[in-house]
Amino acid sequence: MALEQTVTATMDRIEKKVVLRAPLPRVWRAISDVKEFGTWFGVSFDGPFEPGKRLKGRLVPTQVDPEVAKMQEPYRGFTFDIVVEAVDPMSRLSFHWHPSPVEPGADYSKEPMTLVSFDLREVPGGTELTVTESGFDRIPLERRAKAFRGNEEGWEKQTTLIASYLARAGA
Amino acid sequence: MPRGHAAAARVVEAAPVFAALGDRTRLHIIESLSGGGRLSIARLTTGTRVSRQAVTKHLQTLSRAGLVRSQRRGRERLWELETARLARAGRYLEEISRQWDDALERLRRMVE
Repeated sequence: MALEQTVTATMDRIEKKVVLRAPLPRVWRAISDVKEFGTWFGVSFDGPFEPGKRLKGRLVPTQVDPEVAKMQEPYRGFTFDIVVEAVDPMSRLSFHWHPSPVEPGADYSKEPMTLVSFDLREVPGGTELTVTESGFDRIPLERRAKAFRGNEEGWEKQTTLIASYLARAGA
Repeated sequence: MPRGHAAAARVVEAAPVFAALGDRTRLHIIESLSGGGRLSIARLTTGTRVSRQAVTKHLQTLSRAGLVRSQRRGRERLWELETARLARAGRYLEEISRQWDDALERLRRMVE
């Protein structure tokens, strides 16, 4: 059963853990304040994060990195909805969203959402942030495929991907 | 962080690939086929504790998800992996994972 569980977990979620050299209240503000969130993420929301609230996000180039901002420029104006789940001060922010908005103005309202959560913990020297995005097993393949730009052929040929994919999934 | 890219290949079916993979027998089938060969149901059943009928059912599930395809050869049907489809499913999470790395790096630059 171990293999199955590992694979399911691996295929269904992404988890990122980072230690930021900043005090917890500072990191909490950067996560929970929509303006600050938008600054690093590159999005503008139409209201504050409140539990149960549905917000519209509009992609805007990030203000933190000019180079990244240039890459994001073509996606300016893409919109997506989020539904806020939890806002637990100094501890957790979570929301549901559509993982891959690919067309401006497209209606994604009937498509399944993934759950994104930001969990904060004080550690020596700073704040540990864990970002988890889960629920990918519900996202239709068509949507996933559309999330890629070109270069389909290149990696379709790479049948070796399968081997590394299975090795990683089973690890 | 743009969470999507403009149009890529058209995939007609919207198949729940990840759900199709979440089963021990189906994973065993995928592993057996990942050598690149075409195998019969008899070969795929060898070494498993499930019946031929069960393997057939799992192959149909995998087929609906676009992960395997079959071809009739004489009296038997041979199954092979749709590698592109499986790789694409893996790539999707890799891409989103990379986007999170980038986004968190920007957060780091802002708060540190």
